Amino acid sequence: MPTTGATRSAQRVSLLVGTRKGAFLFHGGQGSREWRLDGPHFLGSMVNQVALDPRDGETLLLAAKAGHLGPTVYRSRWNERGWAEAGRPPAFAKAAEGGSGRSVAHVFCFAPGHASEPGVWYAGTSPVGLFRSEDGGAAWSGVAGFNDVLYPKIADKVMEVPEGSILHSILVDPRDASHLYIALSTGGVFESADRGASWRALNRGVEAYFLPEPDAEFGHDPHALALHPQLPDRLYQQNHCGIYRLDRPADIWQRIGRSMPAEVGDIGFALALHPRDPDTLWVFPMDGTDVWPRTSPGGRPAVYCSTDGGASWRRQDRGLPPEHAWFSVKRQALCADACDPVGVYFGTAGGEIWMSPDAGDNWAPIVRYLPPILSVAAVTAAP
Amino acid sequence: MIVVIPGPLHSYTQGRSRTECEAASLAGLLDVLDARYPGMRFRMVDEQERIRPHIRIYADGVPVTSLAARLDAPREVLIVAALSGG
Repeated sequence: MPTTGATRSAQRVSLLVGTRKGAFLFHGGQGSREWRLDGPHFLGSMVNQVALDPRDGETLLLAAKAGHLGPTVYRSRWNERGWAEAGRPPAFAKAAEGGSGRSVAHVFCFAPGHASEPGVWYAGTSPVGLFRSEDGGAAWSGVAGFNDVLYPKIADKVMEVPEGSILHSILVDPRDASHLYIALSTGGVFESADRGASWRALNRGVEAYFLPEPDAEFGHDPHALALHPQLPDRLYQQNHCGIYRLDRPADIWQRIGRSMPAEVGDIGFALALHPRDPDTLWVFPMDGTDVWPRTSPGGRPAVYCSTDGGASWRRQDRGLPPEHAWFSVKRQALCADACDPVGVYFGTAGGEIWMSPDAGDNWAPIVRYLPPILSVAAVTAAP
Repeated sequence: MIVVIPGPLHSYTQGRSRTECEAASLAGLLDVLDARYPGMRFRMVDEQERIRPHIRIYADGVPVTSLAARLDAPREVLIVAALSGG
C-alpha cells in the first residue's frame, strides 16, 4: 500500500513543459485549480526537457536546440528570471586527425546525481551520448566509459529513431552513487556499478522482433525506463515491444504488458510511477499495429493504470474524448506529482496538457494550444 | 572587417547585428567573436570543427566553407542562419 503524501489542497504543483517551440512553466494554485503561465522561454527553440534539482529545489536546467544553431544547456534558479548558458555544453571528444567524430545534435534528458553528490548531473544526448557535470550543469564532460568504450562496441545496433538515436533515460540508484542504469533507443538497457566506467547489458527477456537474433544481448528499443525511489530494485520499462518489469537482482525482464487488453496492446512511449507505491504505474498506450500510427488505439485515448506491479491493468478514460481523438504522447510527456491523491499529467503532440487530480480516475484539459509537447515534469512543493 | 550577425545569434550580442573584427582566417574570426560573445562559436561550429548545417558564411559575397580558409581583408563577413525547416 502506498504511504501517505501531503493532501492535494495543501501543496502547490508546477509543471515544467518542454515543447518543439520553447519551454512553458505552469504554476498551480492550492489544489491546482488554476494555473499561472511563466513563459514561453526560448520561443522557437526545441526544448526537450526542463529539470529542477530535487536536492536543492532551486537549480533549473533546460536543454535547447534552435533550428539554425547547435544544441546547448541553460541554467536558472527557481523563482529567478533569466537564464545563463552553460560555459561548456555537452560535446563529444574531437576525433583524431583524419577521423570523423560525432557531434551532439541535441541534449535529450537530464538526471540529477546522487543525493550525496550535490551539483552532479547527468545528461543524455542524440546521437546517443552520456555526459556528466559536477558544477550544477555549467560544464559538461563526456562519460568515457560510455562514449568511448561501450558505444563503439554497440554502434552497429544503434539505429536512429526519427529524431536520431537517443540516450533517453539515466537512473541513479538512491542507495549507491556509483550504480547507474541507462536506456538507449535503440541499443537497450545497460547497467554500471562504477559511475559509468564500465557497463553490462540488461536486456534478457525483452523482445526485439526487429533484430535478427532472438536472444540478442543488446540492440533493443526501450522507450522509457524508470526505477522506484522507495524500492530501487524495482525497474519498469515501456519498450517498443511491450511493457516490462524487473526486480533485481534478477536479470530477466518480465513482460507485464501481456495482461493489457489485447485490443489495446502494450505499445507506448511513456510511463509514470506512483511516488510512494512501487506497485502502481501508469502508461499511455498507442497504436503499434500496421504501420505504427503511434496514436491512441481506435482514436479513443486512455491511460492504463496498474496497482499490482503490472499483474492487471485498469482503463482510465473518464473525461477524455470518447472517440475521434488521435493523441500521441512522447516518452517524457507523462508524469505524476507527489500529492495525495496523486495527480497524473500528460502532454500531447497536439499541444494539450491533460490532468487527473485523482490518480487517473478523472481527466480534464488544463492547457491547450501549445506547440507539440515533448516533456512534462511535475514539481510538488509545500506552499 | 564588419561582421554581420544573424538574428538567431543576437542573444549573444545584446541585439547588435554588426561588429568590427580583425582576423586572418575564419577560425581566427570565430575565436575573436567567441571571446567577445562567449558561447557563440559552439552554436555555429560543432565539436568536430564542422560549420553547422544551417550556418552559411560569406566574405565579400564569396562562400567560406572551411575554418582554415584565409580571409584576405574583406570589407564584410556575412553570417547567415539559413533555412532550417518549420
